Amino acid sequence: MLQTVDETAPILRINNIEVIYNHVVLVLKGVSLTVPRGGIVAILGANGAGKTTTLKAVSNLLKAERGEVTKGNIQFEGHEIQELSPSDLVKRGCIQVMEGRHCFGHLTVEENLMTGAYTRGDGRAKIQDDLEMVYTYFPRLKERRKSLAGYTSGGEQQMCAIGRALMSRPSTILLDEPSMGLAPQLVEEIFEIVKSLNENEGVSFLLAEQNTNIALRYATYGYILESGRIVLDGVASELRENEDVKEFYLGVGGEGRKSFRDVKHYKRRKRWLS
Amino acid sequence: MSPAFLNFIEIFINGLMAGIMYSLVALGFVLIFKASGIFNFAQGVMALFAALTLVGLQTGQVPFSHLINAIFGTDIHDWGPGLPTVLAILLTMVVMIALAWVLEKFVLNHLINQEPIILFMATIGLAYFLEGFGDLMWGSDVKTLDVGLPSGGSFWWEDVTRAWAPEDADYWGMYIDKLDISATIIAVVLVTALSLFSQYTATGRALRAVADDHQAALSVGISLRKIWVIVWSIAGFVALVAGIMWGSKSGVQFSLSLIALKALPVLILGGFTSIPGAIVGGLIIGVGEKLAEAYIGPMVGGAIENWFAYVVALAFLLFRPQGLFGDRIIERI
Repeated sequence: MLQTVDETAPILRINNIEVIYNHVVLVLKGVSLTVPRGGIVAILGANGAGKTTTLKAVSNLLKAERGEVTKGNIQFEGHEIQELSPSDLVKRGCIQVMEGRHCFGHLTVEENLMTGAYTRGDGRAKIQDDLEMVYTYFPRLKERRKSLAGYTSGGEQQMCAIGRALMSRPSTILLDEPSMGLAPQLVEEIFEIVKSLNENEGVSFLLAEQNTNIALRYATYGYILESGRIVLDGVASELRENEDVKEFYLGVGGEGRKSFRDVKHYKRRKRWLS
Repeated sequence: MSPAFLNFIEIFINGLMAGIMYSLVALGFVLIFKASGIFNFAQGVMALFAALTLVGLQTGQVPFSHLINAIFGTDIHDWGPGLPTVLAILLTMVVMIALAWVLEKFVLNHLINQEPIILFMATIGLAYFLEGFGDLMWGSDVKTLDVGLPSGGSFWWEDVTRAWAPEDADYWGMYIDKLDISATIIAVVLVTALSLFSQYTATGRALRAVADDHQAALSVGISLRKIWVIVWSIAGFVALVAGIMWGSKSGVQFSLSLIALKALPVLILGGFTSIPGAIVGGLIIGVGEKLAEAYIGPMVGGAIENWFAYVVALAFLLFRPQGLFGDRIIERI
């Protein structure tokens, strides 16, 4: 009997998970979040807040780094997935694009894309179609298909990493820090593509971002993570208007705190950090 | 051509042939090192084990016969005339694949994410285990291996080359072992097949992806455990080929496992991560060794052949630590 998928149920649900690295370091202290089907959800927060860990807990790449989910559970399409291997998860349609791109440097761009189709068994023709689909979203990759990924630019590598994930025909992409080390214009370009993939291909996104400004412009919902806990969540447009978010993450002083003296300390620190 | 020059050519060609034999062993190291970053100390013993198994199957030996006889007081040795060579080779390959699978399941899988040195220690353990296991299974006597490859000097080549020297010269032609020629052809076929496989198949692409970035490979859904079984099986196959060639040349005996040590300078020269490097490195070491023995040897009293390769490797370590063809780190400017 075919299982009917409830179209209104969230595609991904994380229930109160705790993650410990190396049996001692507690990184996530009870994180819960949901990704609705067809949504773009952003996890925001500073370095070391636990954004990457949250994504890796879902994709099950944690185990390869001696991390483990000790409490809570994670449901993808209504099924618990903690015991699945990353490979099984990819087959079910949930794939992660890791922070820092992680393209295969000694493989060509096209070979990189083809590795994304490794888990598929639906034949050469369909994979070829999807390759063309990726090339229509990322025309730049088509130009550079024969060059080694290691020699392409940062933006091209990010596109290559997203395209590679697309080749597995995912329903959900866990996108970690897509803006890292890229020029603002390129960041904009990448987020535009994320948006059109979301609208045209129906891919849901859970993305971790430090660049709060752009993430909240493209996401539908946001969670703010601080040292392993979710401190605030809400619809993206509301978060953007939230005074605390404005001050702490968007670098804009709120009402009554406009004096230079009040924000000076913060701005200076921000400049050094970013 | 003068006899002196013809001698030089003969030594050179024999060096190349000897080099190919080293390359066959080095190849197994490179495959595993590339895919999993493990320096497989047991590669030489794997070649020995493969050769032992092949001989055992071919001659119809009963495995573990000493053990069985000791426990049950029986006296069995053979179960018949043995298998045809082709069937024996195929069965040995099945044994090597089974070995790879067992190894992944009971050793490697438990050592995921450990330091390379720990994995290296595990392969040392594997080497000694396999040596003892091979002994227990097939006995420790020296065996001859004959898979039907032509061997002995080539008279045809001797006649051809004798004609190259002046009529009155005291020259009797070049000696080339036919077995070495077969080894060369087999090595060429093997390397071509391996490169085609890794370049044009999905599994080959996955192997290269894993060699490049474990984590990223994991993230796109490539199962590392499956890849490791495949890699160790291929390394087992290469060990089988090396075992056949070395076994046919010098008999199947426990010193066969020491050919692993000969592969070390080849790897340092050619780079640990390059298949062409293993071939070219082997050729350079082979030729260098033979030429040094013939021309420098008499000046210092001979026996250079045994250590010359290591000195070359040492010099290379000083000037080009990644080897001739080793992976350069891709850096964008």
